[in-house]
Amino acid sequence: MNAIEILFWLLSALAIISAMMVLLSKNPVHSVLWLIAVFFAISGHYILLNAQFLAIVNIIVYAGAIMVLFLFVIMLMNLNKESEPKRNFWRILIGIISGGSLLMILVSLIRQATEINNKNALMESGNIGLIKTLGKLLFSDYVVPFEISSVLFLSAMVGAVVIGKKE
Amino acid sequence: MNEVPITHILFVSTALFFIGMYGLFTRRNMITMLMAIELILNSVNINFIAFNKYLYPEKLDGIFFSIFIITIAAAEAAVAIAIIINLYRSHHSIDVEDAGELKY
Repeated sequence: MNAIEILFWLLSALAIISAMMVLLSKNPVHSVLWLIAVFFAISGHYILLNAQFLAIVNIIVYAGAIMVLFLFVIMLMNLNKESEPKRNFWRILIGIISGGSLLMILVSLIRQATEINNKNALMESGNIGLIKTLGKLLFSDYVVPFEISSVLFLSAMVGAVVIGKKE
Repeated sequence: MNEVPITHILFVSTALFFIGMYGLFTRRNMITMLMAIELILNSVNINFIAFNKYLYPEKLDGIFFSIFIITIAAAEAAVAIAIIINLYRSHHSIDVEDAGELKY
């Protein structure tokens, strides 16, 4: 049990507990704050898995931009504990049964996959995830998806303005 | 040294996926449902990075997949929030059960 493993377990526990708190907390503002904790834990996993640039992008884009948008909308609509819709017992039961069967299938699948059992992912080595190698590859091999995503952003921007404007 | 079995990373991402799925099934607040979708997308990202690290440690394909997933998630969140604001303006509620016209 060395430092990397302890860090991995701490980050995993933080991610899962915060993800549960996202759904258990009644107040939508608290849900957003717990979701930011999930994103920080996942960024820690990325750093352990040697994807440093992705970790920073995850924090900037998700925790910095998307979650602020969510918080802004929640405060604009003045949502709080009282305006939260009542939870239906049958709906929760159906969610547990269907989601739990999916979880069971996935876990048993991972346990039975002999190709990846007892294989380790080497942590904390190499500098492949740094921005220099990423940028070179992004503008040579991945230039077409990059340009397509810029068109996607333009259309999403136009769509958001057209849908959101008054009449 | 400094190694973690890949199945443990996959278990973490599976648990996150399940939590997101449960939230998508049970919550009726539209913004919380959108947050559950973000959880699901992040669990997929962890899978991509873990398999990239395990299968091809000197390549970057999984990282690029994750970057494009984050890109698309940002665009999706912007459009979805515009739709939610529009719905709130016309129905004065973001409960999905109140938007029953789409059913018939």
